Amino acid sequence: MSVIILGLALLVAQAMLALAMALAAWRIARGPRAQDRVLALDTLSGTAILMTLTFGVRTGSTLYFEAALILALLGFASSVALAKFLMRGEVIE
Amino acid sequence: MIDAPNLPLWAAILAGLLLVAGAAITLIGAVGLARLTTFYDRVHATTLGATMGTALTLLGSVLCFSVLQTRPVLHEVLIAVFATVTTPITFILLVRAALYRDRAEANDSVPPQ
Repeated sequence: MSVIILGLALLVAQAMLALAMALAAWRIARGPRAQDRVLALDTLSGTAILMTLTFGVRTGSTLYFEAALILALLGFASSVALAKFLMRGEVIE
Repeated sequence: MIDAPNLPLWAAILAGLLLVAGAAITLIGAVGLARLTTFYDRVHATTLGATMGTALTLLGSVLCFSVLQTRPVLHEVLIAVFATVTTPITFILLVRAALYRDRAEANDSVPPQ
């Protein structure tokens, strides 16, 4: 019974997260300006972290959490670098 | 496929509710990102998923693994602290860059400096 409930909840949650990632990808493709694309990329990486966490709950494996942590680190670094680039035109001055 | 046969019913219901709520809030934020008209509006919508969506999903994960007792829950706490610290930094830098660009182009949508 608990397996059915948790499985259904995970299915619904993953469908919602997949839709959220699709909307963020649409915003990356659509634009209209560079800062919109950077914002959508940050949203996409954050949603990918949540998707990885739901996969971790589904499989009961610890491997997904390290992947989620690395995704968080890389998403933060890339978003800050892109924001810096939009501000100055170069990342490292 | 789901490795949770030992999970009690209350934990399964609570973890499922937390996971679905987190995903729903993230989806609302993404809909706002796709639907709102200006960049400064979209930043507000995005923070929904970055804060509450992450917190609820992590709570569901912490509950599930703590009840199963397969491992300590330090990973999730680490991700929660990291998300809490980095999200405002990212968005402040991004909005300042956008404001700088809009002012440099003298757009009418932003107030002058």
